[in-house]
Amino acid sequence: MIDVAGDVANAPARGFVSAAGAGIAMRIAAPWIALAIAFAFLPMIFTSGSALTMLSLMGIMIVFACSYNMLLGETGMLSFGHAVYYGLGGFLAVHAMNTVIRDALPVPLFLIPLVGGFSGLLFGIIFGSVSTRRAGTAFAMISLGLGELVASSSLILRGFFGGEEGVSSNRTKLLRVFGLNFGPQIEVYYLIAAWCLLCMVAMYALRCTPFGRMCNAVRENPERAQFVGYNPRTVRFIAFSLAGLFAGVAGALAAVNFELVNSAAVGLGQSGLVLLAAYIGGIGNFIGPVIGAVLVTWLEVMLSDVTEVWQLYFGLLFIGMVMFAPTGIGGLVMMHEPLWQARAYGSMLRLALAYLVALAPALVLLAGLIMVIEMSYHLSVKGYEGAAMLLFYVPLDATSAVPWAVAAVLLAGGFWSFRLTWPIVGAAWHKAFTQAHAAGQVT
Amino acid sequence: MLELVTISALNGLLYGMLLFLMASGLTLIFSMMGVLNFAHASFYMLGAFFGFQISQLLGFWPAFVIAPVLVGGIGALIERYGLRHVHRHGPVAELLFTFGLAFVVEEVVQMIWGKGPADYRVPPSLDFSAFTVFSTNYPAYKMFELLTAIAIFAVLLAVLTRTRVGLIIQASLTHPNMVAMLGHNVPRVFMLAFGVGTGLAAVAGVIAGPALVTQSNMAASLGPILFVVVVVGGLGSLTGAFVASLLIGFVQTFAVAVNLSVADVLGGIGVAPPTAGALFDLWDVTVAQIAPIIPYLLLVLILIFRPVGLMGTREH
Repeated sequence: MIDVAGDVANAPARGFVSAAGAGIAMRIAAPWIALAIAFAFLPMIFTSGSALTMLSLMGIMIVFACSYNMLLGETGMLSFGHAVYYGLGGFLAVHAMNTVIRDALPVPLFLIPLVGGFSGLLFGIIFGSVSTRRAGTAFAMISLGLGELVASSSLILRGFFGGEEGVSSNRTKLLRVFGLNFGPQIEVYYLIAAWCLLCMVAMYALRCTPFGRMCNAVRENPERAQFVGYNPRTVRFIAFSLAGLFAGVAGALAAVNFELVNSAAVGLGQSGLVLLAAYIGGIGNFIGPVIGAVLVTWLEVMLSDVTEVWQLYFGLLFIGMVMFAPTGIGGLVMMHEPLWQARAYGSMLRLALAYLVALAPALVLLAGLIMVIEMSYHLSVKGYEGAAMLLFYVPLDATSAVPWAVAAVLLAGGFWSFRLTWPIVGAAWHKAFTQAHAAGQVT
Repeated sequence: MLELVTISALNGLLYGMLLFLMASGLTLIFSMMGVLNFAHASFYMLGAFFGFQISQLLGFWPAFVIAPVLVGGIGALIERYGLRHVHRHGPVAELLFTFGLAFVVEEVVQMIWGKGPADYRVPPSLDFSAFTVFSTNYPAYKMFELLTAIAIFAVLLAVLTRTRVGLIIQASLTHPNMVAMLGHNVPRVFMLAFGVGTGLAAVAGVIAGPALVTQSNMAASLGPILFVVVVVGGLGSLTGAFVASLLIGFVQTFAVAVNLSVADVLGGIGVAPPTAGALFDLWDVTVAQIAPIIPYLLLVLILIFRPVGLMGTREH
């Protein structure tokens, strides 16, 4: 009876139950359908070869970063060795490809990521049983130790890891289905996009299950999770193994994409990259690591064309995010969600103007910083090329005092005026929320 | 054989003491602030490069003093203006901050000194052989390293247990609120401890730089071993860090000297090892080759059989 009363009170649910159910299913599926359409049409917007390569890399990184977020974001486990599962997934996938080719087994290429997933899961179970016994800082150190163990072993066991040059394969030699040979990059892109979408849906669904909620509980307060009757160790272990599975899929996709896996795939550098991507994007919500993966891949490709010290900018960006925006880009965007929900467009416009005011000195500060970094780099490492250099299309002499003085003025002036403009943003933010609050739109 | 054992024992002791020089600062910082400083080995690297640069300008002995002071100062500033700021976001943010710091320091070092090894040499005043064991000349510089490490260890121990400052530090470890109530500036104690800890790592860098290779990857290759030391010793235990440092120092040094593989052992008892299969080279790997991964194997074994570490008491 209570159920019926609830249904009646719930006005939109009145009428045909099946129609309402379909509506809810539609609402859940809509973003994913939109994403699938976006994935399908992206190569038609970005048609160049390099763009297609970058889109493929982004797809791989999205899977990898989301799997990392299952650890750090959902379960609160900071891992410095997540590339172990990515790399081992990749190695086993490439070995599987070679076996399939050698024995002419009837296995098409699009099933190879399954091999990566299973190996990621397997190694996740093996290493997870050791490392998830501890949480917090100890877990982080153990993951680092295991990562180093595998990375060092990869240089010793040359038969499996292929030594310095790695293990290569040929993706076109596998069984052809529907006439696809996966020679052109566009076919590989669609393979990656399909797997990326599948993994994202799976990870999002997992997030919504009771298990996903228990992961959050273990992250927030392991003792209370234990009182409810769940062993935090078991929850951590399962989350860790499943994160290994998706990392393995990402590794296998990378193996398919590059047709080559080398020991760098299991190394600390790769583990650090996924940590950076997930954290910069934001570990608090599902969309954060996706943003991070796209941004980091894009920066990696674009910045490395523009400057040789791009990794330094990367590191500084990361430190800046840790210090000033620990919720990441995703978190910063989601901060504005209440205003959007409240349809407080006027406040949002004023807030955007305040952001623009603060953006100008921030850009000045950034320009000064870039000048200092690029000129020091030019003087110390590329000294043999002479003092003359080109920065922002402006020729300058790195040994003369003028550009250094300009840089110092930009740095100091930018910092000072940023300090002045920041309260404006704070005030605009406060006002927007107070107004929305007063209108009863934000609770 | 005896010669090999003697030389390896000396080298192992030296390596272990250098590890402890760094691990002591790391442990002290961890037990005080609950921050495992990921960038600790980066300060060791900074010490080596500062030592190199200053010894080019002023000679080795001024560098030996100035470089650790400079690095310690940088460390204190980073604590004051970086780490303390991040503290309110929780321990994961702190660890990530030091992770980013390690990343940035490596890039900055590469930017200034390049990727290749720096020409950091043993000073001429110490470039002779101290004594001869059987037929091997043992360099005086290694003895200098060893004596410096032992002297610093002794001073640290004396300061921590015998002086007022040491008492305040020890009290801040366990009862920070009480120490603050008594009128001591606990954040400043933390800042000083961070500065001294990073300064100690820099001392290790200055003296190890000429003996090992001074290169921009030295932090990345040593850092993980340092964490193995503190986890194996037991997080937050200074004695544990000491034991684990020596243990890893000896194990790694002796392992390098042993050129034996599973295939050799199997051959000795008359069994032919397999020559094919995905992991066939597992049989041919010598103990010397796996020396770099022994610390990590030790870490895994310790975690399985004694998760709190050798001397650890608390679960973190």
